Amino acid sequence: MKKGAVIPLIIFAVLVVFLAIGLGLKPREVPSPFIGKTVPEFGLPELMKDGEKISPADLKGQVWMLNVFASWCVSCRAEHEVLSNFINAEKVMVLGLNYKDEPADAKKWLRALGNPYQHIAVDYDGKVGIDLGVYGVPETFVVDKHGIIRHKVTGPVYQETVRDTLLPLILKLREEKV
Amino acid sequence: MKHFFLALFVGLALAASLTKAYAVTDILTFKSPEAEETYNGLVQELRCLVCQNQNLAGSDADLAKDLRSQVYDMVEAGNSRKDVIDYMVTRYGDFVLYRPAFKLKTLLLWLGPVVFLLLTLWLVMRWVRSQSVKSTETLSDAQRDTVRDLLDKHK
Repeated sequence: MKKGAVIPLIIFAVLVVFLAIGLGLKPREVPSPFIGKTVPEFGLPELMKDGEKISPADLKGQVWMLNVFASWCVSCRAEHEVLSNFINAEKVMVLGLNYKDEPADAKKWLRALGNPYQHIAVDYDGKVGIDLGVYGVPETFVVDKHGIIRHKVTGPVYQETVRDTLLPLILKLREEKV
Repeated sequence: MKHFFLALFVGLALAASLTKAYAVTDILTFKSPEAEETYNGLVQELRCLVCQNQNLAGSDADLAKDLRSQVYDMVEAGNSRKDVIDYMVTRYGDFVLYRPAFKLKTLLLWLGPVVFLLLTLWLVMRWVRSQSVKSTETLSDAQRDTVRDLLDKHK
């Protein structure tokens, strides 16, 4: 083969490598800058307990999850059963963040599908959502005993997500000393 | 060729005017012209996380509206351009910026095009040089005479 013919071949090979990497990327999954940082503090009214407020500080000292959901969100409905089964089986403390939703709609939604949350914070105008960097519902954060975010799932939680990521992580975090 | 450049220019100008025309308009009043300029600059430069290939100014997504009002509130409260950018980056990461910061992680992004341009120029130069070598052959005296005769004949 002529020496000059090798150059286009090399360029082609480099292109193929870049395109192959590009195919595997998931642009929807923006890496969260919150991993390793403390949960932003907030104080929001509880959906199910009139007059009461909930804040992340109330949950310190235990491993918990923050699940952003809304009655208008179709993927939330899709993940609800998987998430509920996981929460009930492992007795996971979960704070639901009802994001930009009408409280009456949220209550109706939970009555129909079941309520796996111990606490539900009402984020009516979505300000806390912005503070948490929420850009698509549902999102699930895993928080350790020190109140530090250790993992974030963007989009619905699947059976595989629970088996491969959430369950092992929660069990590991529970072993950690305060 | 002249027509081609004209068409290209008109096409580009049209494309540029279209991107402006598609900006979503909120009715906002600002306390100062500087604040308005800061706001407009920011919403052009921040990415809408839902629609990903649109900026905040051009997106009608719910989150984009919320983020625009967040930017507006912050600018009106006297925050600088940098304050707002820092606020967004701590929450959404570098991805929220259409013009990411120059740092180790984004080095390839910034320098990649320059490196490829230089590499291409170098390859083209090498190719051009290899071509010109062939044309430096000289004629013998006999050949030179033939050429001269031919040229004289057609005068």
